[in-house]
Amino acid sequence: MAVLLAVLSCYLMWKSAELPIGWEPRRGPGGGAFPFWLALGMLICCVVIFVRALRGKTPESRSEEPYMDGETIKLIGISAGSIAVTLIAIKFVGVYIAIPLFFVFYIRLVGRHSWVTTSAIAGLSPIFIFFFFEVGLRILLPKGFTEPLFYPLYKIFLST
Amino acid sequence: MELVGHLSDGFFIAFQPLNLMLLVIGCAVGLFVGAMPGLGSVNGVAILLPVTFFVPPTSAVIFLAAIYYGAMYGGAISSIMLGIPGASTAVATTFDGRPLALKGLADRALVAAATASFVGGTISVVLFTLFAPPLADFALKFGPPEEFALMVLAFATFIGLGGDDIPKTIFSICIGLVLSAVGLDIISGEPRLIFGDISGFYKGISFLVLAIGIYGIGEMLWTIDANKGKVEIAQHSVTFKRIMDSLKSLKKSIVTMVLSSGLGYFVGILPAAGATPGSLMAYGMTKSMSKKPEAYGKGEINGVVAPEAANNAASTGSMLPMLTLGIPGSPTTAILLGGMIIWGLEPGPLLFIDQQDFVWGLIASLYAANFFTLLINLAFIPVFIWVLRMPFTILAPIIFVLCIIGGYAPTQDMHDVWLIFLFGLAGYLLRKLNYPMAPAVLAIVLGPLAEKAFRQTLIGEHGDVTVFFTRPLSGTFMVLAILLFAYPLYLGHKRRKAARAQGQAENDGAT
Repeated sequence: MAVLLAVLSCYLMWKSAELPIGWEPRRGPGGGAFPFWLALGMLICCVVIFVRALRGKTPESRSEEPYMDGETIKLIGISAGSIAVTLIAIKFVGVYIAIPLFFVFYIRLVGRHSWVTTSAIAGLSPIFIFFFFEVGLRILLPKGFTEPLFYPLYKIFLST
Repeated sequence: MELVGHLSDGFFIAFQPLNLMLLVIGCAVGLFVGAMPGLGSVNGVAILLPVTFFVPPTSAVIFLAAIYYGAMYGGAISSIMLGIPGASTAVATTFDGRPLALKGLADRALVAAATASFVGGTISVVLFTLFAPPLADFALKFGPPEEFALMVLAFATFIGLGGDDIPKTIFSICIGLVLSAVGLDIISGEPRLIFGDISGFYKGISFLVLAIGIYGIGEMLWTIDANKGKVEIAQHSVTFKRIMDSLKSLKKSIVTMVLSSGLGYFVGILPAAGATPGSLMAYGMTKSMSKKPEAYGKGEINGVVAPEAANNAASTGSMLPMLTLGIPGSPTTAILLGGMIIWGLEPGPLLFIDQQDFVWGLIASLYAANFFTLLINLAFIPVFIWVLRMPFTILAPIIFVLCIIGGYAPTQDMHDVWLIFLFGLAGYLLRKLNYPMAPAVLAIVLGPLAEKAFRQTLIGEHGDVTVFFTRPLSGTFMVLAILLFAYPLYLGHKRRKAARAQGQAENDGAT
């Protein structure tokens, strides 16, 4: 992991170096200086962490347990994967279809709760979200192709 | 006795029917907004600011201040019940609040948080009323070097008192600071660190994105991992008696409350700091002063009391420079300041002379807001406890959805939601390797301020870094920071020496 983070630090340093990183006459430190030196700090930390891990100074490096076992990978994969799918779905079908579907998937298929619980949460969530965010706080949420279906609702609740 | 006169005038204003109604509504809205992961006092105040243009400025500021206050209480609720800070100010509350809830003592933690918030709020309002002018004078002496030194001190607190692996803590601070530098350069305006030329990076990465990612999505993944999806959270009953017992047991925490309130209040006044570092510093201070520091992070009641007292005190403190100097002490007061200008008031010392109704009405409303929020909060503890009874496979998707929508709401940009998701995953993977994440969140909040203060100083001093040490105030902060930094190294050295001596003794015994 430390090696991976060291690579990230190098990338950040390189990226920061696109702007002047040194001292600029009359204007003070260049725009890239602050992130550059901090990224260097990250790199140094990574090296220290890596060396310490090799020498077995930290409890993690001495631990015999695998970083993730099969069951964990499966559970985390399902959770993270379903969020990612939901995020992509929001772009096309909008919040009001993607989120109930996410609830159905997670509560019914992962959690194995009854259809009553599932449909209560999946059914009530869009109504709550609509009234709290769109009507209450006036934040319009992405709706994808379902946008035209909401025009009558906007007219009723948001016209004032 | 001029003060008493002003204050009673203020109460007269605060208790007018319209103002009192707005005060109670504001407290309730604030509690709710604060408790929602992703929406903090800043979002609540920002979103509801337009609503206040229909009422007189005094009523408007009372309403917004009540939201601000309510959110400070509310943040603790989600920190304790869900382990996700409802706002950055409640980050420190999760450290001990969450373990307490997992032990089945959520009601105790909530009562402690509410009481500490009340004490912190009340002490700071009294301090606010009494010591406004001299303290404002003192903070006026702060220039960029002092601000920067103060932030270095805040980071050093983490390294010295965090108790985590030191290189990993520093790494976490650095990555938070680097992420805060994404966007347009604050001085030259040039774009920097625009990864893959995605336009969303031009506006920078908000601390909310990182905080929701790490504490929302990351925390849920972590919990799923730790419990393999089969969480059954401890059941417990809440009765009036239990609440009273909790209150009684808080007697031991009075010293912590008072000290943390004082610290939080002072940190809140400083324009650069505010409630988040204030609460973290109070946590660190309480932990280092405690007789059994190892109990912290595992469910120590003082670990909830200290940050909660401090963040409420700081929120009051941050109003001081806003009112007296026209410099906001926190992002939320920055928005309040913006509102005051729209209402046609000129922030600054003249406010105390020209707009006495406004100033004293606000101060009196702070006393009242404290009282009402405590009542509302205590009354609803059973409702908050109810949240915990939900099976995890229902709670987790609801939180994921709150994170998605809460992350979308402030900027209305899906780019931020994707970042939240990525930070969540990364935060989870790093946490499995014991990388502390709180320093990164603090760093991304303080990053832009630190960079600005640092660069302003260097421009002013033509690149001479010694100025941070030669100015008396910033020098003091820097020396304190270095001491804090050296403290764990010294401890480690001592421990190694002791271990070696013991090893020696064993060897001697064997031969």
